[in-house]
Amino acid sequence: MQVTKGLLQKFGPDRVLDTPITEAGFTGLGVGAAFYGLKPVVEFMTFNFAMQAIDHIINSAAKTYYMSGGQISVPIVFRGPNGAAAGVAAQHSQCFAAWYGSCPGLKVISPYSSEDYRGLLKAAIRDPDPVVFLENELMYGETFPVSDEVLDSNFTLPIGKAKIEREGKDVTITAFSKMVGYALKAADELAKDGISAEVINLRSIRPLDRATINASVRKTYRLVTVEEGWPQHGVGAEISASVVEESFEYLDAPIDRITGADVPMPYAANLERLALPQVEDIVRAAKRACYRQVPQSAAA
Amino acid sequence: MAMATAAVASVRLATTNALPRATQRSRDNEACSALNSAFFKNSIPSSSRSSRKNLKTLNDGSRKGICVRVKASTSDMVKEKALPADGQLISRHEGLDLYEDMILGRAFEDMCAQMYYRGKMFGFVHLYNGQEAVSTGFIKGLKKADYVCSTYRDHVHALSKGVPARQVMSELFGKATGCCRGQGGSMHMFSKEHNVLGGFAFIGEGIPVATGAAFTTKYRREVLKDDSADEVTIAFFGDGTCNNGQFFECLNMAALWKLPIVFVVENNLWAIGMSHYRATSVPEIWKKGPAFGMPGIHVDGMDVLKVREVAKEAIARARRGDGPTLVECETYRFRGHSLADPDELRKPAEKAHYAARDPIAALKNYLLENRLATEKELSAIEETINELIEDAVEFAEASPLPPHSQLLENVFADPKGFGIGPDGRYRCEGPGFTAGTAQV
Repeated sequence: MQVTKGLLQKFGPDRVLDTPITEAGFTGLGVGAAFYGLKPVVEFMTFNFAMQAIDHIINSAAKTYYMSGGQISVPIVFRGPNGAAAGVAAQHSQCFAAWYGSCPGLKVISPYSSEDYRGLLKAAIRDPDPVVFLENELMYGETFPVSDEVLDSNFTLPIGKAKIEREGKDVTITAFSKMVGYALKAADELAKDGISAEVINLRSIRPLDRATINASVRKTYRLVTVEEGWPQHGVGAEISASVVEESFEYLDAPIDRITGADVPMPYAANLERLALPQVEDIVRAAKRACYRQVPQSAAA
Repeated sequence: MAMATAAVASVRLATTNALPRATQRSRDNEACSALNSAFFKNSIPSSSRSSRKNLKTLNDGSRKGICVRVKASTSDMVKEKALPADGQLISRHEGLDLYEDMILGRAFEDMCAQMYYRGKMFGFVHLYNGQEAVSTGFIKGLKKADYVCSTYRDHVHALSKGVPARQVMSELFGKATGCCRGQGGSMHMFSKEHNVLGGFAFIGEGIPVATGAAFTTKYRREVLKDDSADEVTIAFFGDGTCNNGQFFECLNMAALWKLPIVFVVENNLWAIGMSHYRATSVPEIWKKGPAFGMPGIHVDGMDVLKVREVAKEAIARARRGDGPTLVECETYRFRGHSLADPDELRKPAEKAHYAARDPIAALKNYLLENRLATEKELSAIEETINELIEDAVEFAEASPLPPHSQLLENVFADPKGFGIGPDGRYRCEGPGFTAGTAQV
């Protein structure tokens, strides 16, 4: 993916290690190295391949600090693209935010903008716990303006804190990674219809910033969650449950989940477009939440 | 004396009174292409000419180049050893040390069985009876700073490495004074102080982690320029694991990067209830070493002296920086796979065959025959160990259960990982964070 382009030349083969394509082996090797003071950053070409190594991510990395009674911490970062790309079909398009997000002992981050990437990756590497860093292949090509503060070499962002990308007062839209861009576009469209949407960039899937989400819902009284992954047991499901538990009296409308379709990713371009959330879907859901549109049809 | 000569000659391969089945199978499976290695030539006792054929490795011509390199390293590594002047393989002090360690392992495991059936221990408990020679033979050759990575059958590895029996027993009882504060249990023995890296429930899981620890040593030495980094890692695992993909991935990487690691296969012929011969296309596990470019050694794992000799060479090789070694120890577990296993699948004849080769009895005979120790001294050691174990049990009984507040501890090294609470502060900083469990 050319993310590590030039690193080998800059830091040398001792620090940038090319491995054989053996995920289970090299992930476990990274975990073992992290047990004793090294800080490995393990790159998966995509997180789909990490399924071959998920045993080590969960059982050897996430659980070890607990199983050892606090003796051995695992300061490792697993990073790589997550979610759908363009036309790469079912085995290369899964979103893993929900799977990793359910595991205690892991921190799961999914950045959106350049500022997010820089600050959160640095924080992840400096963190003494295992961090799963879910990037997005289609975001690699996007550019964002950044301030000088972000370019400072010590710039980090706190893990566990969401960012309010756009303030609003009528409906809250939560999203992470590429969907934040879609949510912002949807907010622009909604503004034309007089609906002021608040867009929250989750940044951190685990720990989820429930405080920010709930505070926002208590302000707007409506919530739409957006994600690329599958609906059942997804990130949106967790956010829904959290908001219902903590801010039920504030809700004026049912919570709407916009997710990817409940199917393995099809290959055909038009079907792929149907299987992923689009800006129109978010706009429609936000309008439903504001009772400007007919109720949604039965879910599939 | 018989034991001494036998030990040297058979360090390099299975003794002739190995399980008959082993040679049977290898005769059936072999396609012979000659490997003229000094390693094999020197190692075969002259009485077993027929088995010489069986020990040549399978290689097509295109791999000969690699074999030549391996040949050089194996024959360098396992030299014909001259017995020391007094004809003894070990000194009295070393002998008593080994004996004590094996008795500790055996007595501890027997006590575990008792405690389990009394309900003090629970869950899955896997006992090591019969395999003590492997643990003692290898781990007693390590320094405190060296790493050991094991499987769920890890009590004795932890004990041999130096974790106090009290702490291991408490951990098994699930008490707060256990080596992992009661959070790990039988299958997850970790000790940062003694460099025991666990304790893994899935087979093959520990091998990449061990390979990573070896990688750390090499990295510290070569990249961070820390010359004092010369720790060796030993990965223990079983015969069933040798069919698992992770095993091969790590053999490849360890040989590729010449990591300071020793892969020790405790081949007790049974993977839970699956016989090794029914599960494996090429049952000789040591052969898989040369396929990846490292020496593959087979040793009688019921004889601690033989194991110790092989261990010394393999550990020295790793510490020198010459890379990994694969050692297959033919051993046997006297009990079932776990305490819940009724152990009905193994034939009584097989069990009797190995019971007669009990490593502790063998060492005892050796020490007595060679007048390195008296009956009284050995009994005294057994007494001391029994007292130690009883003390460990009492300590574990008397120890407190972990407090409820410990439930949420140690999930993250940085507890801010629990996120931000409704009041905007980090949850872990709020009062009563660990007292109530529903909130998080």
